[in-house]
Amino acid sequence: MTAFRINGRAVTVDVEDDTPLLWVIRDNVGLTGTKFGCGIGMCGACTVHVGGRPTRSCITPVSFVAGAEVTTIEGLDPEGQHPLQKAWIDLQVPQCGYCQSGQIMQAASLLKDFPTPTDQDIDAVMSGNLCRCMTYIRIRKAIKQAASELSKGATND
Amino acid sequence: MTKLLRRPADEILSLSRRAFLVRMAGTAIVFGFAGTEASADAAPAQSEFAPTIWYSIDPDGVITVNIIRAEMGQHVGTALARIVADELDADWDKVRLDAVNSNPKWGLMVTGGSWSVWQTFPVFSRAGAAGRITLVEAGAKLLGVPTEQCSARNSAVVAADQRSISYADIVRRGDLSRTFTADELAKLPIKPASERRLIGRKVDALDIPSKTNGTARFGIDASVEGMVYARPKIPPTRNGASVHSIDDSAARNVKGYIKCLALEDPSGTVPGWVMVFASSYPAAIRAADLVKVDWTAGEGANVSEQDVLDHGAKQIADPNGGVLLVDDQGLDAAFRDARSTLEQTYTTGSVLHVQLEPVNALAFEKDGVFEIHTGNQWQSLILPVLAQALRMPQDRIVMVTYDLGGGFGRRLNGDYAVGAALAAKALGKPVKMILTRADDARFDSFRSPSIQTLRMAFDADRKVTAMDHQASAGWPTLVMAPGFMEQGLNGQKYDEFAISGADTWYDVGAQRVRALSNDVANSAFRPGWLRSVGSGWVNWSVETFMDEAAHAAGADPVAFRVGMLNGAGRNAGSFPNSVGGAKRQAAVLQRAALKGNWGATVPKDTGLGVATTFGQERNMPTWIACVARVRVDRGAGTVVVEKLTIVVDCGTVVDPGGALAQIEGGALWGLSMALHEGTEFVRGQVKDTNLDTYTPLRIGDVPELDIEFVDSTEVPVGLGEPGTTVVAPAIGNAIFAAVGARVRHLPIRPAAVLQALASKT
Repeated sequence: MTAFRINGRAVTVDVEDDTPLLWVIRDNVGLTGTKFGCGIGMCGACTVHVGGRPTRSCITPVSFVAGAEVTTIEGLDPEGQHPLQKAWIDLQVPQCGYCQSGQIMQAASLLKDFPTPTDQDIDAVMSGNLCRCMTYIRIRKAIKQAASELSKGATND
Repeated sequence: MTKLLRRPADEILSLSRRAFLVRMAGTAIVFGFAGTEASADAAPAQSEFAPTIWYSIDPDGVITVNIIRAEMGQHVGTALARIVADELDADWDKVRLDAVNSNPKWGLMVTGGSWSVWQTFPVFSRAGAAGRITLVEAGAKLLGVPTEQCSARNSAVVAADQRSISYADIVRRGDLSRTFTADELAKLPIKPASERRLIGRKVDALDIPSKTNGTARFGIDASVEGMVYARPKIPPTRNGASVHSIDDSAARNVKGYIKCLALEDPSGTVPGWVMVFASSYPAAIRAADLVKVDWTAGEGANVSEQDVLDHGAKQIADPNGGVLLVDDQGLDAAFRDARSTLEQTYTTGSVLHVQLEPVNALAFEKDGVFEIHTGNQWQSLILPVLAQALRMPQDRIVMVTYDLGGGFGRRLNGDYAVGAALAAKALGKPVKMILTRADDARFDSFRSPSIQTLRMAFDADRKVTAMDHQASAGWPTLVMAPGFMEQGLNGQKYDEFAISGADTWYDVGAQRVRALSNDVANSAFRPGWLRSVGSGWVNWSVETFMDEAAHAAGADPVAFRVGMLNGAGRNAGSFPNSVGGAKRQAAVLQRAALKGNWGATVPKDTGLGVATTFGQERNMPTWIACVARVRVDRGAGTVVVEKLTIVVDCGTVVDPGGALAQIEGGALWGLSMALHEGTEFVRGQVKDTNLDTYTPLRIGDVPELDIEFVDSTEVPVGLGEPGTTVVAPAIGNAIFAAVGARVRHLPIRPAAVLQALASKT
């Protein structure tokens, strides 16, 4: 039995301790926005936040998140209106869309660490997220657009 | 035109050749082509207006467009729906997409070849126009004014006095009765380009919001009450393997493990598969790792990459065999009389699809119907195979449609659906089968290695007088869809997709193209269609060779090509798909050269390379040219691509944002296949099975891209694949320009660059 919080909700799951968090999120909790791509932490499609840090859920045993707060794409913003999500729609980033939950979750922590990211910051932080449709040009633009919106918001505050 | 192209277009068009009916049926207003409305499930819901089987309008004015093409990143539903919506003068905010399940009424269901917009445009335009005309007539009657004084705008019919009635009101109140004969339908006025409101304008893709918030539903997200999870044990060879014995004693210790079964497959699609069942997918992964299977391997267990290439080289050396596509008189004489000749051989290695969603399917039988829930690009190809495998009539099998986590041609081949269906049948329960990434790689129908030899003859003025092209590769269409092969000059069938690009628009004098089916490849693995198929490897050879030929002739590579893209003879082009012919290819090449600073001085070890192709197929050319700027590290042999300048002429651009996305993605695929990814076939298996060693392009590897579309009102052609075809040869040619090293194998590895540098001196 492992208990943790996911998108603000308390859950307890009865699975083997070493079950990858990815499958618990998808098949036990029923949130399918987090995706399976490679199973070895090399594509980033399974990226979620654990305690606010980006984490590859496909290689994270569920026991590691006992008592922790997990956030998935479904919980990033209650209305799906995070500045990144808005920028992703505005710039029409997704093609097939399969990697994009992971891209957005990774980008969300990038913006926490680097509120005004340079191209080098983006390359360094986003290089673990593969987009097979190669939407990289728009991912980069959308991250910058969201950063700009966030910094405006910060100034207004 | 190839058969594959004729078939869907003809089927769709044959519907529109029937009389087009409008009538009341109870309270519902029913529109349909005569003969199609008889199909029970084609009848629209109560009170809906369904001008054709392709769309309907409900009493709230919501327009639902039925999409039979797979949504795999090209936003095809949005592109197609806006063709209807533009002619219908619809309010775009009221347009919805319905990704329909397989059904014979849709005709051939296939998404590939960059054909969707090209094929659908004429049909959807007329379907929209027929709906608009009928709504205007009915609306005029309701407004009490003559039809001629009314027009349609934004889902309403507006009279001269500005009174209007919405489509919703017309559907609710209208008494519609209208028949268009086939002739009338064919003559329906289609809007001139200047009056289009949606085509060519920025319109947000309807599938995108769901792909930013986790709600998009891919095949892997399908579930049903009571399903068990499954993972296959992939046998040592793709073909002909058989199970000797299974030992699952270790797997029995895995919590949740249920059992394993050797699948019996009457269709021969998944020979040697053992399916491992468990109550969760992680348990299935673990159990499958522990199940030991003793197989008898099939053909191919001792075959490796070099064997395929060696066999191809032998085929090329043997003047007999193969299929001739082009065989001009005078070729042998031209070579005999040539002042000089050039001959080179080019090769390409195996390429995996690595669509990010590993293949998967949920299968179960319910009320006598077998449902297969999975993302797929060619339902019509796999349905008969499923029928054979399940020993069930095809009309009792339905493929339920989902978004595809990448297609790139992998899901044209629906072989994975067969494994899931057989497992569900054998177990008597719903089965959710997922392949791990490594399983997916080992079961991939990857891009075959290829070998090609090209020869050119020059006269005393260094003018090109003849060109000979011989190409050997695995033939996906032969292996998976032989009925779709094209007939060559000598009456034999060939895989047109495996040789696309060789029948060029260049005026090269006497020309010969011979396509060779690499039977070592075909038996050792299942060659697949991978984004642009043969155009990927054929243009690597053609456009590298053109560069070498230009240098041999002492000509500038752009000027050399433009001189042969003269639009003479059979390269003049024809209505409707290739109006302007080779001249349009010359135009994109010259424009790309201008934009890419062709001829400018560049720093040391930096070079510009050029390539141009007609995209995918000679009969629906998308003219494209690329200038690549690269920097080469002479010490390490590494290549950095600094910039790609690309110019595209695809006729009318239906969806500018989507068009740009396709060229961006396609071009980066081209770059990835040129420098970053690729594998090798080793003793019956691909060498790289996951992203630790198989390394597609990442965000930091993206060069500056400058992409331009030619402003055109010609027939819209394809965009999914052309971008992939020009980049690799442009890079190879740029490497030569930078450091004088000529590379002739894809992918281009640093070792090959170093070797070419060493052999130069």
